[in-house]
Amino acid sequence: MLSIKHLKVSINGKTILKDFNLEVKAGEVHAIMGPNGTGKSTLASVIAGRDLFDVDEGSITYMGHDLLEMDPEIRAREGIFLGFQYPVEIPGVSMANFLRTALNEKRKYLGLEPLSGAEFLKLMENRKKLVDIHSKLTNRSVNEGFSGGEKKKNEIFQMAMLEPKLAILDETDSGLDIDAMKVVANGVNKLRSPENSTILITHYQRLLDYIIPDYVHVLYDGRIVKSGGKELAFELEDKGYEWIRKEAGVQEAI
Amino acid sequence: MQNITENISTEQRMIDLFQENMDLIKGNEPESVTGLRQKAIEVVKTNGFPDITSENWRFTDLDPLLRAVYDFDFTNQSRPFDIEKIFSCDVYDLDTFSVTLLNGWFVYQNAPLTTLKDGTIIGSLSKAMEVYPELVNKYLGTIAPMEQPGLTALNTAFFQDGLFIYVPEYVKVDKPIQLINIVNSEKPVMFQPRHLIIQENSSELTLVHCDHSLTHNISFTNSVSEAFLAKNAVLDFYKIQNKGHNSAVINSSFFSQKQHSKLTSSALTLNGGFTKNIVYSLLEEPECNATHNGLYLVDSNQHVDNQLEVDHAAPNCTSEQLYKGILDDEATAVFNGKIMVRREAQKTLAYQNNKNILLTDDARANAQPQLEIYADDVKCSHGATVGQLDQEAMFYLRSRGLNERAARQLLMYAFAAEVVRRISIEPLKERIDHLVEKRLKGELSICDQCMLHCNTKEPTVFNIDVSKL
Repeated sequence: MLSIKHLKVSINGKTILKDFNLEVKAGEVHAIMGPNGTGKSTLASVIAGRDLFDVDEGSITYMGHDLLEMDPEIRAREGIFLGFQYPVEIPGVSMANFLRTALNEKRKYLGLEPLSGAEFLKLMENRKKLVDIHSKLTNRSVNEGFSGGEKKKNEIFQMAMLEPKLAILDETDSGLDIDAMKVVANGVNKLRSPENSTILITHYQRLLDYIIPDYVHVLYDGRIVKSGGKELAFELEDKGYEWIRKEAGVQEAI
Repeated sequence: MQNITENISTEQRMIDLFQENMDLIKGNEPESVTGLRQKAIEVVKTNGFPDITSENWRFTDLDPLLRAVYDFDFTNQSRPFDIEKIFSCDVYDLDTFSVTLLNGWFVYQNAPLTTLKDGTIIGSLSKAMEVYPELVNKYLGTIAPMEQPGLTALNTAFFQDGLFIYVPEYVKVDKPIQLINIVNSEKPVMFQPRHLIIQENSSELTLVHCDHSLTHNISFTNSVSEAFLAKNAVLDFYKIQNKGHNSAVINSSFFSQKQHSKLTSSALTLNGGFTKNIVYSLLEEPECNATHNGLYLVDSNQHVDNQLEVDHAAPNCTSEQLYKGILDDEATAVFNGKIMVRREAQKTLAYQNNKNILLTDDARANAQPQLEIYADDVKCSHGATVGQLDQEAMFYLRSRGLNERAARQLLMYAFAAEVVRRISIEPLKERIDHLVEKRLKGELSICDQCMLHCNTKEPTVFNIDVSKL
């Protein structure tokens, strides 16, 4: 589904990702972990199409197409979803209006009829139930005045509405209490299927108690320095990132 | 040197025009009004017209407008006609009492003045001066300061007609009154309509004033409104401007409020070549509230200038100003907002905010917020911002599948919504909401009918042949 090869990314001349490689197949859940400032969020932004960053080298192939050639909205319509670390508040735009526009843009792109008001409302109720979100988020302006937890739950709700093929959740667990984290994890698990894939970007192992990843990668200094199964996350929890730093240092020395 | 010569000649031209047409201009008005005109033309002689050396006109140059040569209609060319023949309203729940000014003259179907069952009088100012001279005398020209740099004196000298409204004590006018101001002329023309709104104690009125041009010809409107709110009166005043690129409007509104009265004024400029809205809002007695909202959406080389002064002259009053604008292409905007708190106006709460979004590098917004405070126990704040659309928000929307254009429109719409949301009449809010959306999508032309009628199925014919009406 997603193939990232030798990716080098910089911002204002400063290199953030260097020789980054990742293969994600349909149905897989990958967790990317690592200390702060190692390029985790940059990776998420580049996949979603944020133009702040310069891709200097390498390629990203998504479903057989060159992803880097696509505008962010085309990536979204092709099934890529980014759950933001800091969801943006947009006063004056109602959640319902925003989501309906987004959904119908996607449907138009895929050659489907737009959803009517009634169909849309029905879908919204259905998705709310699926991800166990009961609040009245949808009557309010996009993220306006939402608490940290509400914002993250809202990202999961949007994901449920848009039904992406590839979801990238950028630190969706940060700042959440245990109940909110359960809601987020529950949403991800329910939407998990053999056809779609998820990349979880996280700092802590905590989320991985609720969402069991197929692979865990450790990002350090702009590249993946260690990959493994879910047990790697426990190892990190035990030993901390210092252990990775030492290993990475050794590798660099070689 | 040349400019000065030109200006003098413009003034002289106006003065000559006044002398030559004095008899036509004054009509059957009371002598006191004629006296006011004489005084006004003297002010024009002495003070001339404002130029860019005057603080409130720094960014709005009248010179090219004043140098043009205009036609004046000193006699009413219009015949009584049915406005419904030009506009048909399909907003079923916005039931208005609608009146029309065509090229500055009041047009009517049956009578120039209508008295409603509740005693409210609505109609032509020209006729009102004949029929109710005492009422007109008591108010006309009492709050519009002719000496300040502006064109109020010129209007006072030349005005012939306009809207007159009188609302008696305790009357709540149940329908909004809608004034449709239409400019339709083959030649470059100048109009100087004058409106007078008088509200007695505890009366309530909603006035919707729509400014339209139905041709692409050059026109210059210099209108003056005076509104008087007696004790406990409530006025909801909307001004909607959707005019052609060749139209220029100087629109001065003066409000005076007595104790515990409440004024809400909203100025929505959707199109217009050159627009300057001047508002002077006097809170004369205690416990008044004045809210002034504004929204301007301008593109190409349109210019809009909002000059406001809220004058707190009594204690325990509150006021708020919120003006927002979106500027595209090479459009320019000016916000000149002043809060004056006089020594006796203790416990004043006064807020002012101006926010601008520039969509291009060539658009320009000049904001000049001013506070002048002489009382010591007050809360006042002001602020002004000029910025671009939030790039984080743009990316957020695009990452959900909205294209750049749709995302921009949604953000602009959201920016404007803060002002639109304040409209208290639900059907009017919906109409304006729809109109703003259309405007931001680039679908609103000046050839759309009045904003309250823009869903008419049949296209409107704009060539009004006055002689056939």
